[in-house]
Amino acid sequence: MATVDIRGVKKAYGSTQVIHGVDVDIRDGEFVVLVGPSGCGKSTLLRMIAGLENISGGEILIGNRVINEMPPKERDIAMVFQNYALYPHMTVADNMGFSLKLRKAPKSEIESRVQRAAEILNLTKLLDRYPRQLSGGQRQRVAMGRAIVRDPQVFLFDEPLSNLDAQLRVQMRTEIKELHQRLKTTTVYVTHDQIEAMTMADKIVVMHDGIVEQIGAPLDLYDRPANQFVAGFIGSPSMNFVRGKVRLGANPMLVTDSGVEVPLPDAQGLSDGQKVVYGLRPEHIRLDPAGVPAQVVVTEPTGSEILVVARLGEGGDAQEITCLFRERLSFSPGEVIRIAPQPGLTHLFDEATGSRL
Amino acid sequence: MANVAAAEPTHKRSFWAGIGQGRHVLGIAFMVPAAVFLLFFLTYPLGLGVWLGFTDTRIGREGVFIGLENYQSLWGDSLFWLVVFNTLLYTIAASILKFGLGLWLALLLNENLPFKAFFRAVVLLPWVVPTVLSAIAFWWIFDSQYSIISWALIKMGLISAPINFLGDVTNARASVIAANVWRGIPFVAISLLAGLQTISPSLHEAATLDGATNWQRFRYITLPMLSPIIAVVMTFSVLFTFTDFQLIYVLTRGGPLNSTHLMATLSFQRAIPGGSLGEGAAIAVAMIPFLLAAILFSYFGLQRRKWQQGGAD
Repeated sequence: MATVDIRGVKKAYGSTQVIHGVDVDIRDGEFVVLVGPSGCGKSTLLRMIAGLENISGGEILIGNRVINEMPPKERDIAMVFQNYALYPHMTVADNMGFSLKLRKAPKSEIESRVQRAAEILNLTKLLDRYPRQLSGGQRQRVAMGRAIVRDPQVFLFDEPLSNLDAQLRVQMRTEIKELHQRLKTTTVYVTHDQIEAMTMADKIVVMHDGIVEQIGAPLDLYDRPANQFVAGFIGSPSMNFVRGKVRLGANPMLVTDSGVEVPLPDAQGLSDGQKVVYGLRPEHIRLDPAGVPAQVVVTEPTGSEILVVARLGEGGDAQEITCLFRERLSFSPGEVIRIAPQPGLTHLFDEATGSRL
Repeated sequence: MANVAAAEPTHKRSFWAGIGQGRHVLGIAFMVPAAVFLLFFLTYPLGLGVWLGFTDTRIGREGVFIGLENYQSLWGDSLFWLVVFNTLLYTIAASILKFGLGLWLALLLNENLPFKAFFRAVVLLPWVVPTVLSAIAFWWIFDSQYSIISWALIKMGLISAPINFLGDVTNARASVIAANVWRGIPFVAISLLAGLQTISPSLHEAATLDGATNWQRFRYITLPMLSPIIAVVMTFSVLFTFTDFQLIYVLTRGGPLNSTHLMATLSFQRAIPGGSLGEGAAIAVAMIPFLLAAILFSYFGLQRRKWQQGGAD
């Protein structure tokens, strides 16, 4: 087990820079998730930690040792690939024991370590099978088994669940989390799925276009997103953004382009006429007879909750807003409802920079 | 009434519908052209050859059935056994060299080289050039007086007299094998390259992280995963080499002292210039057991290995 320190790391392919100086400190035993849309550089960063990509600038330390120039095999890391990368011509047991065989470990030791890993992952009955004879979830577990047999300092996961169906994904999510709680090995996990990030991570690193947008615990990111990108990325369904201008007065208001007035909870530090984005999560909207009128466009009941897409204002400048209600409600399209934010659960962003106000 | 009216048109159409929809009739109809082609151009010549081997047919004279007499005389013919030895030596030496060099070339071409497409195209050239043409080129290269190799070595001061490439038993054997290897490498290299490209790079990455050196990655990942393709390619290569005729016929005509005579060239020599069609055919038929052995070897080598079975995704 070890810490991983990423200091000012950059990556460039020729003249195209894809990672622009990333700093992340990962504590010993921490489960860190790198999350972001495709092309944000999260996988590249992981592959640089693994040693599969050169580091163009900055340095990466594992256990306080700079590993920039160290070949992958000396870094003492294990990686689980998106396509599992199981050796098709080896049995499950041989796949898991391959790294030990290369290290010339005694046969009895290989056997006992493979056996132990197989027990942890419930693979004991499959040890003699070949990867082709396994289901997706089983292959995934073998890939994890191959990693844990080595007892490395750091686990790296590169979108390990994206080839699985939705149900299995939820199940494997739990298994990986349990595995981490059991082994307490430092883990870096890459995903584009913010739900995976929220549910598994001790710490989330949100990346976008090669830079880190925000680092923090899952709930901190949910409660206090540092900017509009993080706010929109974390949370499902994603946050509503209402654009408008500030109007100060006894009751400070946000006035949208179509003339709808939304009360601002806190106008401190705002100036009259300032262009802002008002962020409001769908689950933080409630029905309120004194609230703002909105016209229902679509309703999507799921049983436990209902998603309502409504339009604020009229004409071309009208903005759509998604509301999530836990109550059994039934609205018909065109109906006008009155909605209000739950106090204290709103966000304000600068329209130009996108950063939190 | 309604039933009769509905049944009648069905009955009328049934003949044509039967032909149009009957899988058997239509299937056989589609297979006929290929079957006729195979029958006339493969089965008939093969059968005729086997038959001729049991007769004493000479050019211009209808032969009679003489049973195994041709084979009995070949059994006691020391030249025939020398030729069998030559053919085996030629096939084994050339195939091993083609495999080794072809695999090496394939591995090189699989790396990220500059001008990769260009090199891959160049490698195919020996395969594209007609054999007779390249054989004539080799004939010049191996010429006893004007050989460019001798000339270059003399200029470099390594040898004092030209090498007698095709006039000496050992040299001649080495020379024809070299020419055959040159010609056969592209087939092996390009086929193996195609095989290499089906191996997912992430397997190599996984092996690298597992601590494998370059040699270990080759030994434990590349080679086992390539083995099905190696089996196919080498079977074909062995078949081509064993039945080789053109190179030898242009370069040495079997000489010197019959040291490069192969079964195909001996068969031709006895049958056409020598006129003994029956004996020539018997020599050609004698190749069949060797070729069959090669095919059986590959058949068992090609059987899907256990790890290739099961789901395909």
